[in-house]
Amino acid sequence: MSLQFVVDGLLTGSMIGLGAIGVTLTYSILRFSNFAHGDFMAWGTYATLAVVSAIGATFGKVAPIAPLSFGWPLLVALVVGMAFTAVLALLLDKVLFSRLRSQGQAIIVVMASFGASMALRSLLEFTFSSRPTYFSRAIQIAMPVGFGIRITPDQITLLLLTAVLVLGVHLLMTRTQTGRSMQALSQNAALARIVGIDVASVVRVTWVIGGALACVAGVMIGILVQIRPFMGFDMLLPMFAAAILGGIGSIPGAVLGGLIIGLAEAGAVQLIGAEWRAAVSFIILMAVLFVRPIGLFGVRER
Amino acid sequence: MNETVLDVRDLEAGYEPGVPIVRGASITVGKGEIVVVLGPNGAGKSSLIKAIAGLVPITGGTAFLDGKDITAAPAHTMVRLGLAFVPQTENIFPLMSVEDNLKVACGILERREIPGRIEEMYAAFPDLVRQRRTTAGNLSGGQRQMLAVARALIVHPKVLVLDEPSAGLSPKFVSMVFEMLAGIRKSGVTILLVEQNAKAALAIGDRAYVLVEGKDRHEGVASELWNDPVVAELYLGQRPSHASKGGAA
Repeated sequence: MSLQFVVDGLLTGSMIGLGAIGVTLTYSILRFSNFAHGDFMAWGTYATLAVVSAIGATFGKVAPIAPLSFGWPLLVALVVGMAFTAVLALLLDKVLFSRLRSQGQAIIVVMASFGASMALRSLLEFTFSSRPTYFSRAIQIAMPVGFGIRITPDQITLLLLTAVLVLGVHLLMTRTQTGRSMQALSQNAALARIVGIDVASVVRVTWVIGGALACVAGVMIGILVQIRPFMGFDMLLPMFAAAILGGIGSIPGAVLGGLIIGLAEAGAVQLIGAEWRAAVSFIILMAVLFVRPIGLFGVRER
Repeated sequence: MNETVLDVRDLEAGYEPGVPIVRGASITVGKGEIVVVLGPNGAGKSSLIKAIAGLVPITGGTAFLDGKDITAAPAHTMVRLGLAFVPQTENIFPLMSVEDNLKVACGILERREIPGRIEEMYAAFPDLVRQRRTTAGNLSGGQRQMLAVARALIVHPKVLVLDEPSAGLSPKFVSMVFEMLAGIRKSGVTILLVEQNAKAALAIGDRAYVLVEGKDRHEGVASELWNDPVVAELYLGQRPSHASKGGAA
């Protein structure tokens, strides 16, 4: 068996993990499963693509940064896309989730997110068609790095980017007042208000982080695989499996969960065939729920 | 009584519209005082102070803190206005370290002021120093109560409001908590306290109110209330309970 699945698994795992951070934050702080999170990914990716095209139309063809397949326009577009996705998440919360949340029934918010997910996805199909598209059609040559593993410069860059983002979010959560406020809100909302935490502002930060990271995960999929309106929706099961495997509320848990699921998927493709890929998340999710429902880094409810 | 810090007039409050739990309660707390609110079970004592702290909707009356109207102020603005509240149960963040529990409450302080302020709290509550890295959920009942009080005091409140700080604690910790409160008052902090443990609360209090069916029915000097026949009468039919069982989880 070739070790190539390790690289493939880590890459898939990075995308899942970045998405799972948003899922786990929404779940622990806002207390609902946001099924529209995958569609934030897709919207962020299409927004980034639109900005790339706009830059291309304005500045002409820009040479990629060797040896990568993309140039500065994509980096600029990614930042714009992250901001766009954050605003989209804030907007959806304002017009939909916050109103339902104040009525206090989590299941209604979950159902609303399901509806929002379908609406967002259909809007993308309507606007951009369901035909897959790409940031770049250039073929990258994968470099052999030993042990029968080949990796492209894009892949290395994206793995590093994931590591930096995850470390950044982890430090934000554990070392800053904003992060502590988010933890506080997830542990005891009433007490959080008592100690002076403005719940509304923490909720906004949560959406901004979740939305921005969803966009990055989506763009990674766009660079390494392809861009489709369903690209985020298809990530929903692995993302939720990763968040639950890692333990709801845990950032390192979500990322580790993502990597485990990514590696398991890639391993399964090699060992038992590609048609089983999607089943892996499901099997892991069920196994975690049966064996250790609080996940790897989870803590039992008081 | 010197200048009034907290002035609550004819307060009405309840979770559901049309079903008031607090029905026209009036209390005042003077600077540097310990004021105790007593009353039989279900008298609305907790709801009264929760309403003042912005946690139970107020439907009538007013609450002024240091001359400022706080009647409609949301709960999260209370520490900035000068009111620090210590709930009866679940008054710490169980998954955070002791130190993070203190830090998270420092939102209204200047950034450079925070480390010094945390050290001051450790100096005031030496038991917490050894536990600074401990996950707060692993603290003993008494230490949790200390942490909750330290967390409230860290922002220099004008008034510290406590909901049954002795509830659910073993007798050893109960006396420790009341000694702690007496010590806090000596340092100049004003305290409003709701207690089931009337005897211990009256021993450290300056004045006390007896709340019955959501209304203040009697007021007096704390040391005299214990033998006051009116108090016995207000409690009549329901023994003044000395420790509520199963209060804190």
